Amino acid sequence: MKPGERSGFDRLWWGFLLVSMAAALYMAFIQAPQEKTMGDLQRIFYFHVPAAMTGLTALAVNFIASLMFLARKDRWWDNLALSAAEIGVVFLTMVLVTGPIWAKPVWLVWWTWSPRLTSSLVLWMLYVAYLLVRNYTADPDRRALMSAVFGIVAFVDAPIVWFSIRWWRDIHPSPMLETGGLSPAMRPALWTCWVAFQVLFIYLIRRRFFLESAQQEIEWIERRLDASR
Amino acid sequence: MIEVRGLAKYFGRHTALRNLDLTVAAGEFIALFGRNGAGKTTFLRILAGLSRPSSGRAWIQSPDATSPQSLRVMLGYLSHHTSIYLDLTALENLRFYARLMDLPAEDGDLEKEIARVGLCGRDREPVRNFSRGMQQRLAIARAFLHDPAILLLDEPFTGLDQEGTTFFKRYLAAEHKRGKTCLMAIHDAALGYELADRLLVIEKGIVALDVTKASLTLDQFQEQYQALVEER
Amino acid sequence: MGKKIWAIFRKDLLIELRTKDSLNAMLFFGIVVLVIFNFALEAVRDAIHSAAPGILWTAFAFAGTLGLNRMFAAEKENGCMQGLLMLPIDRGIIYLGKMLAAAVFMMIAEAVIFVFSLVFFNLTVWKEIPYLALVFSIGTLGFTAVGTLLSAVSVNTRMREVLLPLILFPTALPILINAVEATSIILNGSDYQSLRLPITIMSVFTIVFGTLSYLLFEYVLED
Repeated sequence: MKPGERSGFDRLWWGFLLVSMAAALYMAFIQAPQEKTMGDLQRIFYFHVPAAMTGLTALAVNFIASLMFLARKDRWWDNLALSAAEIGVVFLTMVLVTGPIWAKPVWLVWWTWSPRLTSSLVLWMLYVAYLLVRNYTADPDRRALMSAVFGIVAFVDAPIVWFSIRWWRDIHPSPMLETGGLSPAMRPALWTCWVAFQVLFIYLIRRRFFLESAQQEIEWIERRLDASR
Repeated sequence: MIEVRGLAKYFGRHTALRNLDLTVAAGEFIALFGRNGAGKTTFLRILAGLSRPSSGRAWIQSPDATSPQSLRVMLGYLSHHTSIYLDLTALENLRFYARLMDLPAEDGDLEKEIARVGLCGRDREPVRNFSRGMQQRLAIARAFLHDPAILLLDEPFTGLDQEGTTFFKRYLAAEHKRGKTCLMAIHDAALGYELADRLLVIEKGIVALDVTKASLTLDQFQEQYQALVEER
Repeated sequence: MGKKIWAIFRKDLLIELRTKDSLNAMLFFGIVVLVIFNFALEAVRDAIHSAAPGILWTAFAFAGTLGLNRMFAAEKENGCMQGLLMLPIDRGIIYLGKMLAAAVFMMIAEAVIFVFSLVFFNLTVWKEIPYLALVFSIGTLGFTAVGTLLSAVSVNTRMREVLLPLILFPTALPILINAVEATSIILNGSDYQSLRLPITIMSVFTIVFGTLSYLLFEYVLED
């Protein structure tokens, strides 16, 4: 395939993505009922929460890919791990951006140290750290090893981090509570958005994976050139 | 004793070893020659188990090689680095390694080892005060403390003065007589020729020349070696 | 196996006691952190007592990271890591020996930094000491359990020691949160029963990451 080109499956998936995103936008902005206290601002919730859930899915994929890499030492798994981590960071960034946008008008502050936001921040930092480890390891094989190890550590750490922050918040309660409460009428919109985000996730991860595989091929070609000199 | 098939090692785009095949019989003494960066160090590191090959295999054929740990007992590796702790004394250094290798670690035994490499009387000084040559001697004691069957040496005469060189030549010759298998990377053609049975040249990641000492003179070997490395 | 872990631990201890390189740096840095916080929090001088646990553990964390940084950098110096790798021992044993050494150094630094904090913050603690010792110990073990592994990871990268704090602090956050809380509970004389949860979380963290690091360590040392 030429660079920029897409396979048949990817093209199909892109169409599917457009449809599901359109549906999500419709459900979130039109179909879903308006919330009593916050009004239309609350609609950001339909993107904030699915972004968080999809981010976590990405991190789970990274965890499994890291484990498989250590078991098989096949770079295919490393490419998957990297793709998942990068996209996970993107989705977590979305969470960290939409959170303050929501909080400012409602609570008059940009940041609330709520459990979800704080945990998202720490998780974000953990996976940015993962990307830093990759960035600063020059040799591709060693890079794959180091990041697989750190990916496993980060994922095992995540629940403990979440639990610790939850408990800490319980001890030091904040007047600002993030509402997660859902009336049944809002659920269809939430689930549609979640599906749309998962579709986006799969599309992005495929593209990123393809990019990384191409990078690996370049490495192989450079090696052949280098050896024949 | 040692079998190598299709060994390859890459570091990103750089190829250190391309497609190396080799068979080493027990008791053979091989001198490895090659330009800087030809892959000698990488090769020895893979044999020592410190580096994993990108493809291909290297293994030790022996009834004693049942697990990675039993394999390591059979190997002694002396590299560019001395692997000795500068802030400990010679005795403490050896005691540390002896303990971790389940060897007798009594002062008496270790003092004998220290004396064997010509450092008699210097066992309780911190190694930081040692000259490079003395450190190298201690490194030799450390690397071969467990009397391994296979000796892997990477430029072992670096840093040794005339006396040290003579000492180590004798040491290696004695080990060879005892039936040890040796692979030694070396620059000095004369020295390598003197000690080894078999001469190998690694060039561009493969074995470019493989001759026995008996088959040619030192001058003939040097001619062939020059011819190989000058071909660019 | 225990003997070998002890041998590695003892070797690191011996070298450190002789040179005192790490310990001096750790102590000094920890005390510098205390002093900086004193200036930083001047505006809330009365409240500094309640900030003491946080300040303490910040100082501990920075000092600990310094010690961890030196842990593998020193081995790389003379190719000593290679020597360790040639030994017929489980790689995890190297991890355990080093982790214990790191923990002991960190605890020595903590003890001294703590004494300085008593002076700087005018604290009086006598009967609290055994509880504090417990919290400090478990917190330190947890920190070094994951820190030793990550130190080995970062020493293999281009940024070496600079990378370690970046990857260690987010990972060790549960230890820091719980340790600060527990220390606060003790220093404020609150209900000691509530110590149970943070100590449990810290212990779980230590066991989980101690085991995980033990298993993953050999991958980090591969080339």
